[in-house]
Amino acid sequence: MSILVIAENTNSALAPATLNTVAAAQKIGGDIHVLVAGQGVGAVAEAAAKIAGVAKVLVADNAAFAHQLPENVAPLVAELGKAYSHVLAAATSNGKNILPRVAAQLDVDQISEIVSVESPDTFKRPIYAGNAIATVQSSAAVKVITVRATGFDPVAGEGGSAAIENVSAGGDAGKSAFVGEELAKSDRPELTAAKIVVSGGRGMQNGDNFKHLYTLADKLGAAVGASRAAVDAGFVPNDMQVGQTGKIVAPQLYIAVGISGAIQHLAGMKDSKVIVAINKDEEAPIFQVADYGLVADLFEAVPELEKLV
Amino acid sequence: MKVLVAVKRVVDYNVKVRVKPDNSGVDLANVKMSMNPFCEIAVEEAVRLKEKGVASEIVVVSIGPTQAQEQLRTALALGADRAILVESADELNSLAVAKLLKAVVDKEQPQLVILGKQAIDSDNNQTGQMLAALTGYAQGTFASKVEVSGDKANVTREIDGGLQTVALNLPAIVTTDLRLNEPRYASLPNIMKAKKKPLETLTPDALGVSTASTVKTLKVEAPAARGAGIKVKSVAELVEKLKTEAKVI
Repeated sequence: MSILVIAENTNSALAPATLNTVAAAQKIGGDIHVLVAGQGVGAVAEAAAKIAGVAKVLVADNAAFAHQLPENVAPLVAELGKAYSHVLAAATSNGKNILPRVAAQLDVDQISEIVSVESPDTFKRPIYAGNAIATVQSSAAVKVITVRATGFDPVAGEGGSAAIENVSAGGDAGKSAFVGEELAKSDRPELTAAKIVVSGGRGMQNGDNFKHLYTLADKLGAAVGASRAAVDAGFVPNDMQVGQTGKIVAPQLYIAVGISGAIQHLAGMKDSKVIVAINKDEEAPIFQVADYGLVADLFEAVPELEKLV
Repeated sequence: MKVLVAVKRVVDYNVKVRVKPDNSGVDLANVKMSMNPFCEIAVEEAVRLKEKGVASEIVVVSIGPTQAQEQLRTALALGADRAILVESADELNSLAVAKLLKAVVDKEQPQLVILGKQAIDSDNNQTGQMLAALTGYAQGTFASKVEVSGDKANVTREIDGGLQTVALNLPAIVTTDLRLNEPRYASLPNIMKAKKKPLETLTPDALGVSTASTVKTLKVEAPAARGAGIKVKSVAELVEKLKTEAKVI
């Protein structure tokens, strides 16, 4: 068996989710190759070559891949992927965008967001917002899979010494163009990689009140998230959303503030190691999953918490 | 410009599903079914494009059981002009659905196809991208803004860490994210009118599409339950527990 892992990257840096994806590949077993597609990705390729357990790094350096446009990247991955038993990518917005296009080009089904590897052809994945876990088996010649990072502990990013090989395949399909992007600038850790996450819900009442959470988060070195209710109400942008349709997080500590605990939110955070809930409604469903619950007015409790930690 | 919208009949998002005792799936007997929420956003976007004079006709399509006619009628009540049901009693995987939609695209020749980014039952997030691959069209997934001008669509996408805007050559495929719009409710007169709008029924066989799959579900289980912990009385007690008991701060 041989496995092609698509490196999640920003052209200049390798994203940590790649290490979780390689971990899933190791569970499957076999030769692991990592594909780095992008523009000016020399440093990313070197970082990928150091990942523990990686046998070879394939580099596709081309302006057409600079923004990971699926119309350009998917044909490359499909072409290379034919030679492998498995093609894996992290279930990031980028992986989710590209990989189904690859699967369809290879005429195989895709298995989305696996959380465990049972055997090289059998995997577990959550369905119905995590209210059920399906065990699925694939007979596809090439198994195309996205990996939920929280299901796999990352492999070491150091210690490997894989060979780096250039591939010349692919180019601009001429169907789409990058126009621009607006990335949230933040000194806080990335939501899905943070050890501590502080999230606010509808109970925050407005976007301005999230400043209480930012202050607390900065003291804890935490990332800040939000429930779908808070995003729907326009308090904060959608990229902060934790839940079935947003980000899936599993930090060491998750502090839910003013979040009632809708099923769709729980789906995004219930694998956290320790969950704290602060809510003034003692009947709130969030308390059913919280290790530590505090029934209190968040506008009093959060500033106090910030002082004491 | 003709717009094709794909919708899926799924368990209503308010229903808490239960796994069947024999682990063969989730129990769907006597459970309320609705249009997938992301598909409602897709229908709404198409209707807004028509209201702006960009779209001239909206065709709504669903792949599913006979009862999916209910969701198609809902879409017609919201403003779609006509509906197509590709009837299949079996639960199909995304690739099979994408192949059936490709056959409908070949027939209808829309300039824009709008789908939800994922269905809240299977949570796959695949069909739009697969349809884009099969048709060879450009794709704008997880859209929070769609602007059509001339032979291009500018799509702003929700990505990790922010927003990305891409320009797609038409025809193109768009999948919807939450913030694209807020779907309207159907008015009673429109619900009545929708009953008279045309609804065509097709089958996978008639479209010449094989729906065979390479993935089978071996079992479906309830997730490991997470027990409730304790209630603390004060912030000071909480901090104490986090430091000495949980040791996470």
